[in-house]
Amino acid sequence: MSEPQAATKPHLEYEKVLSGSSTQVAQFDTHDKTALQKFQHFLHGNPAAVPLLVLLMSVIIFGSILGTKFFSAFSMTLILQQVAITGIIGAAQTLVILTAGIDLSVGAIMVLSSVVMGQFAIHYGVPVPLAILAGFAVGAICGLINGFLIARIKLPPFIVTLGMWQIVLASNFLYSANETIRSQDLAANAPLLQLFGQSIQVGGAVFTYGVIAMVLLVGALWYVLNSTAWGRHLYAVGDDPDAAELAGVNVKKMLISVYTISGVICALGGWALIGRIGSVSPTAGQFANIESITAVVIGGLSLFGGRGSILGMLFGALIVGVFQLGLRLIGTDPQWTYMLIGLLIIAAVAIDQWIRKVAG
Amino acid sequence: MAQEPILSARGLVKRYGKVTALDNADFDLYPGEILAVIGDNGAGKSSLIKAISGAINSDEGEIKLEGKTVSFRSPIEARKAGIETVYQNLALSPALSIADNMFLGREIRKSGVMGSVFRKLDRPAMEKFARDKLSELGLMTIQNINQAVETLSGGQRQGVAVARAAAFGSKVIILDEPTAALGVKESRRVLELILDVRSRGIPIVLISHNMPHVFEVADRIHIHRLGKRLTVINPKDYSMSDAVAFMTGAKAPEPLAA
Repeated sequence: MSEPQAATKPHLEYEKVLSGSSTQVAQFDTHDKTALQKFQHFLHGNPAAVPLLVLLMSVIIFGSILGTKFFSAFSMTLILQQVAITGIIGAAQTLVILTAGIDLSVGAIMVLSSVVMGQFAIHYGVPVPLAILAGFAVGAICGLINGFLIARIKLPPFIVTLGMWQIVLASNFLYSANETIRSQDLAANAPLLQLFGQSIQVGGAVFTYGVIAMVLLVGALWYVLNSTAWGRHLYAVGDDPDAAELAGVNVKKMLISVYTISGVICALGGWALIGRIGSVSPTAGQFANIESITAVVIGGLSLFGGRGSILGMLFGALIVGVFQLGLRLIGTDPQWTYMLIGLLIIAAVAIDQWIRKVAG
Repeated sequence: MAQEPILSARGLVKRYGKVTALDNADFDLYPGEILAVIGDNGAGKSSLIKAISGAINSDEGEIKLEGKTVSFRSPIEARKAGIETVYQNLALSPALSIADNMFLGREIRKSGVMGSVFRKLDRPAMEKFARDKLSELGLMTIQNINQAVETLSGGQRQGVAVARAAAFGSKVIILDEPTAALGVKESRRVLELILDVRSRGIPIVLISHNMPHVFEVADRIHIHRLGKRLTVINPKDYSMSDAVAFMTGAKAPEPLAA
């Protein structure tokens, strides 16, 4: 500690002048920021704020155009019902995208799980709770395979899940022989499968169990992501996997658990899907993967991983729902909806890039 | 030296195909010292450090920590045994907060049902601990412990990484090029931090290319050349040009003295 300093060390000569300089080390620049910079910092800290603003604005705009036709408890809860499946699958997608991955197989896993639940309950005569459990097991296994190939064999998530999407979808059609299980059969033999189609009415508002499940799921995952070590590790893995590994996070185990949980959530989505459409159809939910990615991206989550909030995904899903219902009530060609959603996706990614510059 | 080394290695060998990165390398770190490790590019000093910190498994040789033979299969195991490494890329997650980063991989959970069933993190405890550790090391220019690490300057990030390494009762801290990416003033601060950590009795292994920094803070200098320990010198007995000459092979050292 008591080594002679600069005097005997000529190489320190050049640092001598430092003693005369400011002793502050890397202080935070507290100089005034412009309003725009402050806004940028705010968004950096609150990634779900943008989609929330867009959601509120779109509700207000459609509400002022359409009046009570749109601005009623019934319409508002109808939107919730329509986005319930997207919200559940979007929750699975959120976990995966936070790890800087992507899961194209979510929709296929959802459908296969629902078909397994239906087939087991109706054709094999398995007790309904066990049939549901079998569906969850199938979802978990599909997710586990994804996770294993991505974490252990180190294949890119896009390729793995692109392949799994086709494999699972084909298994689904082959296994079910492309046969739909009718709503009446379900109601007679396995009403539990239609659980998420039941609803609670509060005045004009209709809350299906599917909607409630989605909200509870998103709430639970929000808690897990923010307040548990697992959640923090998930962000760290998506942010910088090497850094996370060196800091002591088991990255492979994290990835496998994330894809497996994603599969389980997809199975929940499959169960909710049966409630939504009433029957078990191997052709349902074809676009669930794209819709879930759309919700995640509009929700302000970064496809590069590690950034964003699951609440943003929920807002993103709701934005799509508001646009769909609002434009339908106005009576426009549905293509306008897709065009607007396309614009929103690109705008959301542009805003994400801009927010990231805050750390420049 | 009468003291026993706290961390030592004998006869480490590591081959990558036909390349021998470590060729019977030895290593000794004594309690309470700052040992600098220098060597030309490709001399195998990063392989040496990786072997000690558990990032690679050596093919042969033995590592002893406090006299006990150890074998680490991962940096996590090494860390559990008390060897903390601050990597050049710092191993911080940019989007997470300072507190989250300090506790990454060893979070504190709430007591009671909230912790055991709901796995809830004890944020207030973690934040207090992080703030205390940072101010102990004089890093309290960092105001907001919940700030994302990516909004910090390079020196501050280094400070957080060093504080993390020093905070958890570690026995040895390995610093890989801690000043390489920093400006003059920030380097100065980090060097002070290194001395500060030593004054707490924690020995430090410092890997650096920066000769002035090495000669300023190191108690001994381990010179690595061609995959093995060439010699260990006392910086008071040799000049920087001697060290560079040994390192590059321009001059041969006397038989192991220090």
